[in-house]
Amino acid sequence: MQGTAVIELDNVGYNYGGGELLTNVSAQLSPGSFHFLTGPSGAGKTTLLKLCYGALSPTSGRVRAFNMDVKGLDRDQMAMLRRRVGVVHQDCRFLDHLPVVENIALPLTVSGKDMSQEEANLRELMNWVGLSERAHANPPELSGGERQRAALARAVILSPEVVIADEPTGNVDWEMSQRLLQLLVELNRMGKTILVATHDLALIRAAKNQVQTRVLRISDKRLQLAGADL
Amino acid sequence: MNGRIRQLIVGDAQADRVVPPSGFTAQLTLFVAAAMAFLAVFALALSLASGRLADRWADELARAATLRINAPADQRAAQTAAALTVLEQTPGVASARALSADEQAALLAPWFGAELPLDSLPVPQLIEVLETETGYDEDGLRLRLQAEVPGAVLDDHSRWRKPLVDAARALRRLGLVSIVLIGGAMAGMITLAANAALAANAQVIEVLRLVGAQDGYIAHAFVRRFTLRALIGCSVGVALGMIGVWLMPAASDEGGFLTGLGFVSWGWLMPLAIPVLGALVAFIATSRAANKRLGDLT
Repeated sequence: MQGTAVIELDNVGYNYGGGELLTNVSAQLSPGSFHFLTGPSGAGKTTLLKLCYGALSPTSGRVRAFNMDVKGLDRDQMAMLRRRVGVVHQDCRFLDHLPVVENIALPLTVSGKDMSQEEANLRELMNWVGLSERAHANPPELSGGERQRAALARAVILSPEVVIADEPTGNVDWEMSQRLLQLLVELNRMGKTILVATHDLALIRAAKNQVQTRVLRISDKRLQLAGADL
Repeated sequence: MNGRIRQLIVGDAQADRVVPPSGFTAQLTLFVAAAMAFLAVFALALSLASGRLADRWADELARAATLRINAPADQRAAQTAAALTVLEQTPGVASARALSADEQAALLAPWFGAELPLDSLPVPQLIEVLETETGYDEDGLRLRLQAEVPGAVLDDHSRWRKPLVDAARALRRLGLVSIVLIGGAMAGMITLAANAALAANAQVIEVLRLVGAQDGYIAHAFVRRFTLRALIGCSVGVALGMIGVWLMPAASDEGGFLTGLGFVSWGWLMPLAIPVLGALVAFIATSRAANKRLGDLT
């Protein structure tokens, strides 16, 4: 399996200083796969995601992303890694003084892309997440669902190979979470590797009807592949 | 390097917007830069003026020396002739001339009145010595005079000149030290302002990191702002300072040293370097602050 997975955790442990949060976690995300990560609150879902995109460094074991050891990356290489992994943060994190459209375009701006060439792309993406009408609103004016869709658009604008979403449906109603799931499924069909942390089992069931998914469950500090009996 | 400086000045309008505008800190930085530049102009004017003064005093007084011949009346003429011979043979002496009785009387007139019968008094003979550019060997001349003209005393004016020139040079040094201190104080204040801005924008920095911004990009957004603020602030300060110096009365004999405080010809261009140096100080201070703070983040 080694070398084929886009993100690979090998016996990873993480320790916040007050005891082990995760221990002996091993997992491989192969290209084009769709994974859910589930488990009770505080079990370490966010921590595990952060380990995957390099925001945290494992206290034991090894995390490899695109066949590079994440621990060995310097800060600039880490920034380059972030451009290949789109992250939808739990609380979205926008620049509140910039309108939505500029927030979504932020990854283009910071990577020095020529904005005039990306304009059509940006418009299409805004359309896809249904935020064309809200393009010039500032983030604090958005509803929970709009924020999540904007965060998703920002996460995918650089066309990353992997999309990691942390509780993307945490603050939205069922209809909106279905819509977000739809967007993630479409991304997966375009070949992106998707990893979604959620405690919403209904969402997982809904996804299973549309796409082949695997469910990883954190339980008792370890990661298990959950069965089909959800 | 050229490209980087150009990029810093022209900038990227889009990139510039990622850091929210901060009205109060911005105005404070502008004010500090302007005030410091204003002070720097005066320190510069002071040190240039005292430098000129030191050079002038040193120059005027050093070119001339006086040889005094204290000898009994019957030997005076012979010793004067001997001294003149020695002086003529001394390399570095441009000319040596014994003052006539009338000239000596004119020199003494302010003290003793014009009616003084000089002939009846044992007034020493004075010889005016003018140096060439290179100057003469003072100790060598003294030794030779001691041997050949026992009554001769060489007074090269250094007793008068030295304290004046030293004072002027000390004043120039103080001016230069002030400029360095002003630069240091500005670097300190801009570092504090930059740190405050970085701390206030911790969330912005976090978002930028999340979407894949490299440290250089983030630092640049802050560095550019502070550099431009320092440049603008210093320019305003220098302009005001130069107007202030320009409005000072012109140098005159009556006003002495004080009215000479100002710039002369090319000196007017020197304050124009202050905004550039100020911007450089801000650039270095902010770069260091930003890199240090970013390095502390994960």
